[in-house]
Amino acid sequence: MPQNEHIELHRKRHGQRFDYQERKRKRESREAHDRSHKAKKMIGLKAKLYHKQRHSEKIQMKKTLKMHEQRKTKQKNDDKTPEGAVPAYLLDREGQSRAKILSNMIKQKRKEKAGKWEVPLPKVRAQGETEVLKVIRTGKRQKKAWKRMVTKVCFVGDNFTRKPPKYERFIRPMGLRFKKAHVTHPELKATFCLPILGVKKNPSSPLYTTLGVITKGTVIEVNVSELGLVTQGGKVIWGKYAQVTNNPENDGCINAVLLV
Amino acid sequence: MSGDVERLLIQFQDEAGEVLGSPFDVPLDITPDKLQLVCNALLQKEEPVPLAFFVGGEAEVVESLRVCVKALGAETEAVLPVVYQPQAVFRVRAVARCTSSLQGHTEAVISTAFSPTGRYLASGSGDTTVRFWDLTTETPQHTSRGHSHWVLNISWSPDGRKLASGCKNSQICIWDPVTGHQIGKTLTGHSKWITWISWEPLHLNPECRYLASSSKDGSVRVWDVVLGRCERILTGHTQSVTCVKWGGDGLLYSSSQDRTVKVWRANDGVQCRTLQGHAHWVNTLALSTDYVLRTGAFEPADATINPQEQTGSLEELKEKALQRYNKVRGVAPERLVSGSDDFTLFMWNPAEDKKPVARLTGHSALVNQVLFSPDTRLLASASFDKSIKIWDGRTGRYIQSLRGHVSAVYQVAWSADSRLLVSGSSDSTLKVWDVKTGKLHTDLPGHADEVFAVDWSPDGQRVASGGKDKCLRIWRR
Repeated sequence: MPQNEHIELHRKRHGQRFDYQERKRKRESREAHDRSHKAKKMIGLKAKLYHKQRHSEKIQMKKTLKMHEQRKTKQKNDDKTPEGAVPAYLLDREGQSRAKILSNMIKQKRKEKAGKWEVPLPKVRAQGETEVLKVIRTGKRQKKAWKRMVTKVCFVGDNFTRKPPKYERFIRPMGLRFKKAHVTHPELKATFCLPILGVKKNPSSPLYTTLGVITKGTVIEVNVSELGLVTQGGKVIWGKYAQVTNNPENDGCINAVLLV
Repeated sequence: MSGDVERLLIQFQDEAGEVLGSPFDVPLDITPDKLQLVCNALLQKEEPVPLAFFVGGEAEVVESLRVCVKALGAETEAVLPVVYQPQAVFRVRAVARCTSSLQGHTEAVISTAFSPTGRYLASGSGDTTVRFWDLTTETPQHTSRGHSHWVLNISWSPDGRKLASGCKNSQICIWDPVTGHQIGKTLTGHSKWITWISWEPLHLNPECRYLASSSKDGSVRVWDVVLGRCERILTGHTQSVTCVKWGGDGLLYSSSQDRTVKVWRANDGVQCRTLQGHAHWVNTLALSTDYVLRTGAFEPADATINPQEQTGSLEELKEKALQRYNKVRGVAPERLVSGSDDFTLFMWNPAEDKKPVARLTGHSALVNQVLFSPDTRLLASASFDKSIKIWDGRTGRYIQSLRGHVSAVYQVAWSADSRLLVSGSSDSTLKVWDVKTGKLHTDLPGHADEVFAVDWSPDGQRVASGGKDKCLRIWRR
């Protein structure tokens, strides 16, 4: 047996005194008194060293206590009023810093030069011909395959008349023709049901634009005379662009967001 | 010898269309001064009143009648109606210099207002205090603490004895300008910040007991100041109420971000009408009788160098205020103009009709403030497109644009004689405009940062402006 284990060995063999726990408890509770007695009686260099050590211990203890007292969640700071006071008419408006205004102006000029415009959905999945157009077989033996039927929602104008059926290459079923779109104004957060004036651009292909096919990401022109917008010269604005935000062939309605 | 001077038959008419006297034969070269002499003789008043003459409803007679007739192309055979308009007898001199820059606020000055007699000046700021300033020495007088957040609006009662201030924590406090202490309790009840405060007019109640406040929470509350409690809550708007005005006929007008303006009856809180037409938030309202309701029984023509307090019993004050109100209002009911974020203004006749009288277009950015001139003939609109537009106050016809500011114009204020207009903008300058010529009268630089609030005292002597640079400036002649 190693030299330093004889106390443990004795404990294992004979157990502890019957009042061991109580005595231990009382000894520990007396510790604070003993330490203070020692601190008062000590003199000389020893005392200095001891006091220094005790001081740093006490600081540590206080910090821990304070930390436990503070709640973990952040509390509302009632005392300080925030800076940046603005009058009532500026409260709901986001103020722009002057540097931002200048950089915005430069960016706007560059964009105008490049001809690129900001739309809410810049990238849309391009839809291939097999997805949008379905092959219709005709002929006595169903061998001819030059006709196509549009499988997505489309818009045809008011004065649309079909070509003679024998010569019609693209069939646009009446069930998939829509006249109205649900357009949301991005700032007012209100949605209006407005009649469509035309399809401006379908991002997948110019062929779809000419056919009037409306898929997600298409820019359409809607009649906004209902909203009562007016230009600087006093003329009423009656047409504005909007971009489609859903897949109309799945939902049965066209949802779009107005491009202001 | 010169040949016969061409003569013309004219008939004097007042603005309402009533004729004065019988048709008069005058030479075509007659000038406005001579016309004034003739008209004053016909009016038979004790003192001659300065008058302005208009031909054909629009063209003003500036040099001689000949120029106007030629411009209009009117025939010289028929009787020509000439409308005369009495101008204010007193003349307000334009402010030209900054007499003092009052430091004291520790945050931006957000609102400033002169009392109805022009005796006291109060300003509210982002440091949650309302400060009263002594105008004769131009030094601070009282600092009133009581709010816990930015003081967004202040409004004087029409008798000048109380000041109401609203803060961003939706509380309203009433202050006494003489001692600087709070009167009564703090009025709480709104759930979001206060956007506008409007007192009941003096001629309806000379005690100045009730006031109306609008808030971002979409409601308008009528408060009893003496008892310190809310009398009535007017709900109906679905979004923030941006402005509320207490009209002189017992109607309350409120504009909101839900694009409508609602008309309510003040004594029972019933909604009378909803005025729709705007395409975006309605920012501001202006009543044609705004100035006379603000000044109550005080007549700017009677102003003296040292502003005096209003004396007289409540009955006398009520009588005086009622007389002044009836004179300014005239026969037609009050007109209301609303300015909006959709860059247009609408003129309404809210007491009678749901449909607008006119739609005033022309601005290329949102309209921040609209104000009628004190004699209700002109309307000024300040917009973020750096211009101020002047419109005819009766029909809404566009008159002219005042350009000069280099960034958004925040607020405007009329002088008491309706001849001058001062405007404060985010480019940190104030500009005084002569409305008759449409030209810039004086440029008042001096502020270090944006100018948030401007006010012209009702006695015409001073202009106060406060801004983001935390100082309040007083301008005089």
